[in-house]
Amino acid sequence: MNDMTPTREEREAKLQGMGCKRKRVEDVRFTQGRGQYVDDLKLPGMLFGDFVRSTYAHARIKKIDASAALALPGVKAVLTAADLKPLNLHYMPTLAGDVQAVLADEKVLFQGQEVAFVIAEDRYIAADAIELVEVEYEELAPLVDPFQAMAEDAPLLREDIKDKTEGAHGPRKHHNHIFEWTIGDRTGTDAAFDKADVTIKEMLSYHRTHPSPLETCQCVASMDKIRGELTLWGTFQAPHVIRTVASMLAGIPEHKVHVIAPDIGGGFGNKVGAYPGYICAVVASIVLGVPVKWVEDRMENLSATSFARDYHMTTELAATKDGTITGMRVHVLADHGAFDACADPSKWPAGFMNICTGSYDIPVAHLAVDGVYTNKAPGGVAYRCSFRVTEAVYAIERAIEILAQKLGMDSAELRMKNFIEAEQFPYNSALGWEYDSGDYHTAMRKALDAVGYDALRAEQREKRAAFERGETREIMGIGLSFFTEIVGAGPTRNCDILGIGMFDSAEIRIHPTGGVIARMGTKSQGQGHETTYAQIIATELGIPADDIMIEEGNTDTAPYGLGTYGSRSTPVAGAATAVAARKIKAKAQMIAAHMLEVHHDDVEWDIDGFRVKGLPESRKSMKEIVWAAYNQPPPNMEPGLEAVSYYDPPNMTYPFGAYVCVMDIDVDTGVYKVRRFYALDDCGTRINPMIIEGQVHGGLTEAFAVAMGQEIRYDEQGNVMGASFMDFFLPTAVETPVWETDHTVTPSPHHPIGAKGVGESPHVGGVPCFSNAVNDAFAFLGSTHIQMPHDHWRIWKAARALGA
Amino acid sequence: MIPANFAYHSPSTVEEAVGLLARLGDEARALAGGHSLIPMMKLRLSAPEALVDLSRIAALKGVREEGSEVVIGAMTTQHQLLQDPILAQTLPLIPETSAVIADPQIRYRGTLGGNVANGDPGNDMPAVMMTLDATYTLAGPNGERAVKAREFYQGAYFTAAEDGEILTAVRIPVPPAGAGFAYEKLKRKVGDYATAAAAVQLTMKAGAVETIAIGLTNVSETPLLAEDAMAILAGARLEPEVVDRAVAAAEAITNPASDGRGPAEYRTAMAGVMLRRALARAAARAQA
Amino acid sequence: MSKVHIELTVNGKAHESLVEPRTLLIHYLREDLGLTGAHIGCETGHCGACTVDIDGMSVKSCTMFAAQADGAEILTIEGVAAPDGTLHALQESFREMHGLQCGYCTPGMIVRAHRLLQENPRPTEAEIRAGISGNLCRCTGYQNIVKAIQHAAATLAGEPFQEAAE
Repeated sequence: MNDMTPTREEREAKLQGMGCKRKRVEDVRFTQGRGQYVDDLKLPGMLFGDFVRSTYAHARIKKIDASAALALPGVKAVLTAADLKPLNLHYMPTLAGDVQAVLADEKVLFQGQEVAFVIAEDRYIAADAIELVEVEYEELAPLVDPFQAMAEDAPLLREDIKDKTEGAHGPRKHHNHIFEWTIGDRTGTDAAFDKADVTIKEMLSYHRTHPSPLETCQCVASMDKIRGELTLWGTFQAPHVIRTVASMLAGIPEHKVHVIAPDIGGGFGNKVGAYPGYICAVVASIVLGVPVKWVEDRMENLSATSFARDYHMTTELAATKDGTITGMRVHVLADHGAFDACADPSKWPAGFMNICTGSYDIPVAHLAVDGVYTNKAPGGVAYRCSFRVTEAVYAIERAIEILAQKLGMDSAELRMKNFIEAEQFPYNSALGWEYDSGDYHTAMRKALDAVGYDALRAEQREKRAAFERGETREIMGIGLSFFTEIVGAGPTRNCDILGIGMFDSAEIRIHPTGGVIARMGTKSQGQGHETTYAQIIATELGIPADDIMIEEGNTDTAPYGLGTYGSRSTPVAGAATAVAARKIKAKAQMIAAHMLEVHHDDVEWDIDGFRVKGLPESRKSMKEIVWAAYNQPPPNMEPGLEAVSYYDPPNMTYPFGAYVCVMDIDVDTGVYKVRRFYALDDCGTRINPMIIEGQVHGGLTEAFAVAMGQEIRYDEQGNVMGASFMDFFLPTAVETPVWETDHTVTPSPHHPIGAKGVGESPHVGGVPCFSNAVNDAFAFLGSTHIQMPHDHWRIWKAARALGA
Repeated sequence: MIPANFAYHSPSTVEEAVGLLARLGDEARALAGGHSLIPMMKLRLSAPEALVDLSRIAALKGVREEGSEVVIGAMTTQHQLLQDPILAQTLPLIPETSAVIADPQIRYRGTLGGNVANGDPGNDMPAVMMTLDATYTLAGPNGERAVKAREFYQGAYFTAAEDGEILTAVRIPVPPAGAGFAYEKLKRKVGDYATAAAAVQLTMKAGAVETIAIGLTNVSETPLLAEDAMAILAGARLEPEVVDRAVAAAEAITNPASDGRGPAEYRTAMAGVMLRRALARAAARAQA
Repeated sequence: MSKVHIELTVNGKAHESLVEPRTLLIHYLREDLGLTGAHIGCETGHCGACTVDIDGMSVKSCTMFAAQADGAEILTIEGVAAPDGTLHALQESFREMHGLQCGYCTPGMIVRAHRLLQENPRPTEAEIRAGISGNLCRCTGYQNIVKAIQHAAATLAGEPFQEAAE
């Protein structure tokens, strides 16, 4: 060894592997405006499609007259349901087992519904042409309030399935009923409530909102009629599934459908499903034989594709006098809009709502969810959360506060008293989940210490007294939340989409000089996959991350996977990456042993190569091993060095965290100020702390927006109110609070590298934390629950109602 | 969101602009910064056949003092109002208002004239101009005329400007030295119109209000001059009881729409709170 | 409608075009000039993804007609780096401080920050937040964007970057 030999630390650092704050590979192109997003794509002869949309929430279509539009120079075609019917494409299957009209068939069921698709030479002509399509409507009574959906005299919305008494998830009780989903022990739960010293019951509404990524949904479809091949570029969080769906719908063999998701400008759940725009662009390209682009505008995005939430959760807890929770009962009325287009795993019509027992050892519970149709846009997507987990966490974390209030107990203490103990993991919850790992008490204590919880409560007591003495018009709220997420869907035994198990995949190929290309079945929309997957491989294989290129989104080259949503990339594709790397490593070990002329059991891994046990000088670096794999593999061994893994996770992962929000509220205006927000996340093994922190910042900002005002509102006629960024609350840098982040590390025992996923935790945990802060501020005035969103006027109204 | 097509004209003098508008008639619109008009056109809520872009008329830009008045060219941008040394000295209420209008990009393009001329009750400057008792200079086919800001606003998007007239300048009397001022605006976030806002310009003498003007933004079909409240406060000390009466008088003239910013009752109450706060701040700033 | 003749300079390069009067500047830049760095986000002038610099001002190019830019000097994200490809301090700092995720708002954000730093070379955190309040980001929560702009300001001033204590 000479002085030039790098130390172990230097060798380790050079890899930029797991745990390192590696700078992002993606940023080099994004900071120079060289990202490649769908709308950047321009193909020769490309046409542009645009929708004529319903102006009514509920109406019968009497007549569509496209003659004036067709007469406009530059207009190539106008598609209506009548054109799609012969192809059997006027309806498409949804992921939730329902069907959705691609173009309205005789009736429109929500304002903004797709009625006709105009194809023109460019987007300007298309925009002119949609104004010229005349649609004659006969208005019908709209159904807007989900609580009226199953009234006897409620209007019939879905004439196409009016005779179906059996839905995809069991019997339908009413013509506007979609499903009832129940889980848990009803009798046992009722008994627990009968015996309880204390019970609480509250209807917790989680309002309708929207993921609203900055880039809307868009695609380019290009049918090559000579080759019989369809290429579809689009904003797809799950490109492989879109390929399968496109193949099934268009009747083109799957190997002749090429789906490509280029750079995506944010997804947050908005870009999981298939939308009429994709189908119409494909049909138009098939009919016209040229590429067709479809780009949603912002108003269309907010009013037609994929709302989130709209869950109305009657939540009950039973407890003993001293605060031991003995049971939980929840009934959800779920407003799905006009079609059930939830992007949940097929067998889970209410997603993983049954994680609603939260972080607490609740012995018995029962959950029932009724899904109903209304004259609103379809969707019900998981907006930056695993399926319905945000709703579930909101229910339990509000309920625990309400229970604490009734018991006269501090809610932090109530949480600590009921937490699942660290020794209880793996823990089987009353509603059927096996939590993998956790140490809730440690996390909660760390959070409370970090914010100086007792001092905050003391300050709050003083401020309340000052308020009551009339010395201030400001009140202080301390919001707590402790969430357990359920992510990484999921085991193929119970998780599938359209019958395809929710595994994910990685394929790693090492080239002779050590350059690596790895491809995954997932698709980044800002999460930094090109950076972090390379870090996993770097650590596993001792190859510098800078020598590893990650590719996603091209369904011809990437292995089949189910995509990126529900925080599943790290738990599932990240695991596949580690497993594939380990297959390569096993082969590399054989090659190294052969090169070192020892038995393979006699070599051991050493950062970036193998060495002979007990003879550290006798080693082969991965670079040498890789070269050997291509020119002198051991006898009888295939040359080359590559592996693929399709990883079927044995279980979900269960990230958790403790959040604290300190908020000051001006009761005269309802204006609030988030003084402090502390977020402790435990996502297991941390691959890139910089990226984790960024994910937490972003998720908290979305949670802040949702809790404090972000809403898709409808008026009584079913008109969408405020579907623009003027009204839809996306906070700017001025409104956005400063975030403090922290962590504990409790690895997942079943994940190859112990990682759990983090992208959605801050949204899931953040929403109840903000809402709890508002509610806590008003609790001393006798308030039990104030519904979200907590925008200025609603806070003011609550203050007035409480006499503040 | 694509606008319908139109003919584009870019005159370099006021006379040329006025001539074009006269020739093109009802279906032509003057284009200032465009941040109200262009989104409306993109939503196809407005589809003028011709646009007369005023941005190349040099005579419409800049701030100058003329005797006891300050004259602001209609095409002076919010960004320029924020930076202008004359306004900082003489009419600080104006830059204080500009600072809470929209966002940096829009302030670079948005103009004073555009803000006051189109009659949008959501705009901030109209109530401020009423408070400052500004006079608008209108140029039309029959020459120039002056209209008081306090008489200009007749309904939502409906003003005293005749067809074919353009607003060329705003003349504002310079308040006396030591005057107090404040613009209080409640909004949901940067870039939003006011939930409610109040402008106050006052002078104090011997611990009492000497002169006062109050304007209210976005709580009626037009910007409001709170004359009853002004009458209650003029000559009075700002005792709680007096302020309460003035605020009640101001609230009484509001008639806001219920929208995403809140129901009418909330917006009325916020007009009151904003006035209360603007009064306190203006009085504190005034040198008695 | 007759087309309008325009001449303008974009990233130092002169262009001459005939455009429909209604052609939005963002479409002219993206479709006619192939400069796809500036993006379309909201179309109503709220998100700032389409921000470009025109004659020393940050402008939302979705709310301006190309015809209005006749004679203008425009800088887009593609022109922020030096002609030899050396990245601007802002481009380096956004990467260094993790000031971007999906990258969609980034071009507008950097072009806006570029103008902000010319007007105010050492802005405070509050000034940065107000200065970028016409640009929405859905991914980052702004905190690291603010840090990136502070970092770039320090770099441009030749001073060490001091991270504000959390």
